Amino acid sequence: MLVITCPHCGPRDVTEYSYGGDASRARPDTTGEVDDATWDAYLYLRGDPAGPHLEHWHHALGCRQWLTVTRDTTTDRILEVRSPAMGGREP
Amino acid sequence: MTRRTGRRSYSAASLARHALSGHRCWPRAIPEDRPRSGYEVVIIGAGGHGLAAAYHLARDHGIRDVAVIDKGYLGGGNVTRNTAIVRSNYFLPARGDIADRSLELWEGLSEDLNFNVMFSQGGIINLAHSTSQLDDFARRANAMAIRGVPAELLSRDEVAALLPRLDISSSTRYPVVGGLLQRRAGTVRHDAVAWGYARAAASLGVDIVQNHEVTAITSEGGRVTGVVTPHGEIHADRVIAAVSAGSTRIAQAAGLTLPVESHVLQAAVTEPLAPVLHHVVTHGLVNFYVSQTDKGELLLGGNIDGYNTRIARGGPSPLEEAIRVLVSMFPSLSRVRLLRTWAGVVDMSMDGAPILSETPLGGFYLNTGWCYGGFKTTPAVGELLAEMVATGTTPPMAAPFALDRFASGRIVPEEGHGPKPWMYH
Repeated sequence: MLVITCPHCGPRDVTEYSYGGDASRARPDTTGEVDDATWDAYLYLRGDPAGPHLEHWHHALGCRQWLTVTRDTTTDRILEVRSPAMGGREP
Repeated sequence: MTRRTGRRSYSAASLARHALSGHRCWPRAIPEDRPRSGYEVVIIGAGGHGLAAAYHLARDHGIRDVAVIDKGYLGGGNVTRNTAIVRSNYFLPARGDIADRSLELWEGLSEDLNFNVMFSQGGIINLAHSTSQLDDFARRANAMAIRGVPAELLSRDEVAALLPRLDISSSTRYPVVGGLLQRRAGTVRHDAVAWGYARAAASLGVDIVQNHEVTAITSEGGRVTGVVTPHGEIHADRVIAAVSAGSTRIAQAAGLTLPVESHVLQAAVTEPLAPVLHHVVTHGLVNFYVSQTDKGELLLGGNIDGYNTRIARGGPSPLEEAIRVLVSMFPSLSRVRLLRTWAGVVDMSMDGAPILSETPLGGFYLNTGWCYGGFKTTPAVGELLAEMVATGTTPPMAAPFALDRFASGRIVPEEGHGPKPWMYH
C-alpha cells in the first residue's frame, strides 16, 4: 500500500488521504479575459508523466492539510512532500 | 512473407475432419507477422478496438493493406484485463447510441467472426439503495426507452426473485429498495474477442505484428507519414492510435497533449462454483460489479486505485472494499476463496467519456479515454474507426467524442464530476 509521510503526522497509509490530482498546472491569473485554448490547457490537459508527478493530497483523516507531493508514477516512490507552510500549493 | 488467401472456416465438418486425424493438424489460427516497410493504414494497439477497426477496414471498405502493431502479445493488454461486461444502460444518447450499436454487433459477432466469443446475455441488474436512487434509475430507464432500448425498473421483491442469494433484509449494510434491469446485457469471453478479431482480420489480409512498440510518430507538412519501432520505421498514409494505457505517450509523439490520465484498475476471480449468479449485478453506493463466468468463477471489480500511476499492480484497499461489498450483498459467498487478482492501467479522460477523433495532425486518428468502459463498445468502435479512416469523414455516432470538445465546452458528462478522472467509472 502507498504510504505518504505527512510533515505533521508522520508516515500514514494512503487510505487516510484523499487525492486532489495534478498540482503542476497554474490557474490563469486573468480568468475574466482568458481565451479558450488557455482555459482548456489549465482545466483539461495533463502531462500524465511516466515518472515524477506533482500532485495534491488532502490528509483527510489526519491533520486535514493539503499536501503537495512529488511521486514517481512508475515506482510509486514518494520523492518530496510539502505542507502549505513549506511552500506547498493549495488546490 | 506469405499472403493468406481466404479464411479456413471452423465448422462441424472441420471439427469432424480434424477429429479423424486426432486433432494434430489444426492450422495455426493467427499468423506471426513481421512488418513490411509500409502500409496504407497502421493501427497502434492490437487490443479489441484496434483489431476490430482492422477487421472492418478490410471487410467493409476493402482496405486490406493494414497492419495492427502492438508493444506486447496479442490479448496481453486491457482487452483481456476487463471484467467482460457488455451493456448499454447509459443516460446520455451519445454514450448510449454507441453501446446500443455494439450490443447489436455483439449479438451476431460469433457468426461474423466464425469464432465463438461466448456472449452470454444474462442481463445486468443495477441495485438501488434508496427511493431517490430508484427515481434516478427511472429517469435513466426512460432515457433508454426514448432510444428504443428496453429497460425494466424492478421492485425490491422482483430483485429478490431474480437474485435469490442477495441479502435484501433491512438489516443488511446497504438495504436494497429496487433495481434497474437490462436483459440484453451480459458478458463476453474477452480473450476470444481478441483472438476472433485477429484471426478474422488476418484472414482478410491484415498483418498482426506483436512485440513492436511504437516509439515515435513521423510526420511531414502537418501529415502523418508513419511510425517508428525499435525494429525500424514503418510508413503509413494513415495511423490510428487505439491505445489505452500509454495513449498520452503516443499522442505526445504526435505533438498532442491529451485530456487523459493513466490510472490503475484491479479485478479478481474466485474459485469456480456451481451456478449461483445468472446476472451481472452492480452495487448502487459503492462502485462494485460481479458476474459469474461460464467456468463458474465469480468475476468482481470495483474502483480504480484513485491516483495517477503507470504500474499495472494495485494496492489492497480497492479489492478489500470490493470483497466487503460482495460479502454484504451475498453473505452465503463469504467462504468462497479468491483465486486470482490482476490489474490494468486505464486511460481516464477528463469528462469520463472517450475520445474518438481525428486530430490536428492530418491522417492521425485517436481512440482513447475509454476510462474503464471500453470493452463493451469494441465492435461499434471498430466500425466507426474504419469508417472515419476509409471515408475521411466523422460519422454522427463518433461526432460527440471529438478531441476539441474540451476547448469548445461540449463535453459528454454522463457522470458529471468535472475534470477529476479518478472519480469516473
